[in-house]
Amino acid sequence: MEYILILIAAVFVNNIVLSQFLGICPFLGVSNKVSTSIGMSGAVLFVMTIATTVTYLLHEYILVPAGLNYLRTITFILVIAALVQMVEIILKKVSPPLYQALGVFLPLITTNCAVLGVAILALGLENSSLIKAVFFAISNSIGFALALIVFASIREQLELANIPEGMKGVPINLLVAGLLSLAFLGFTALV
Amino acid sequence: MAEKLTQKENFLKGIIKDNPVFVMLLGMCPTLGVTSSAFNGLGMGVATLFVLLMSNIVVSLIKSQIPSKVRIPAFIIIIASFVTIVEMVLEAYIPFLFEQLGIFIPLIVVNCLILGRAEAFASKNDVVSSIVDALGMGIGFTIALTALGAVREILGSGSLFDFRFVSEDANTLILFILPPGAFIALAYLSVLFNKVSKTK
Repeated sequence: MEYILILIAAVFVNNIVLSQFLGICPFLGVSNKVSTSIGMSGAVLFVMTIATTVTYLLHEYILVPAGLNYLRTITFILVIAALVQMVEIILKKVSPPLYQALGVFLPLITTNCAVLGVAILALGLENSSLIKAVFFAISNSIGFALALIVFASIREQLELANIPEGMKGVPINLLVAGLLSLAFLGFTALV
Repeated sequence: MAEKLTQKENFLKGIIKDNPVFVMLLGMCPTLGVTSSAFNGLGMGVATLFVLLMSNIVVSLIKSQIPSKVRIPAFIIIIASFVTIVEMVLEAYIPFLFEQLGIFIPLIVVNCLILGRAEAFASKNDVVSSIVDALGMGIGFTIALTALGAVREILGSGSLFDFRFVSEDANTLILFILPPGAFIALAYLSVLFNKVSKTK
């Protein structure tokens, strides 16, 4: 039951993009086509899950016992940057088709604040455990995927719409994101 | 390109022509995430300005020592160190702001604005220009965040910098301090910014 709550909260109620504002850059940047947004979501799911697992273990078994809590930000970002590189190299060798699909998005992920954000948020869960942290990361990447893919489908339709001159480009996208976020606000009472 | 700019132009480009938020769309996460009041926007802007300034100084000083292959990880370590300093200082001296900004303080590390300036400007220019560039960009970012925070605070809670001009129980547009309001307010602010900066 607790896990179902985490899932629903992360996907709908506290959607990572639309209500916590993490990962806005890829959200606005790679959402002009549904196909690219699916690729990006896959890459985020992959990296976010692995990164949260590693950073959680690192925090629990090295940083806290050694009293090095203040090094959290530095170590986490380094671990994520190194992981992204490693994932890229391993994928290239092990699964070329998957690398073809996700390859271009991987370097972009280092500066995706959703990955670092979830890694830090996962430490603050109630009675946290490794399984819960990993589940939290997976739920959040599903939330990210949902927001990104829905937004991309709307943007594809938007290309055909007649938009006032001053609203073209960024403003109309932000406005659509705002309306989407308003829709997600309706889920607040779910949990 | 950098050689042609005078220091004044270098400073001003960050505020208007290449404004990080309205024109370059960098650092959108903190822009949207913390601006539920003008004070939070200002605090985030100043924290980012500090990290940007220090990282630009350090990067431009040691740029010749960093092998180009590992420059990105090196920049990230430099930035992360200053972010840690900001984190500790805020927690010790302004705990109220520390709590309000929450997770967005460690996330200054992944603010693309800072890494972007280190890579695109500080690693190619001398210290003085890098300082001027950081000040321009940082102030441009701070102005954008404070403006967005002010608009949201006025519409959403009927106050500005905690100074109320409507009564406690008046109906305000609460939508604007909720997440959707951030997107909508920024959308209209950037329309306004485009209009003003193009007519000049």
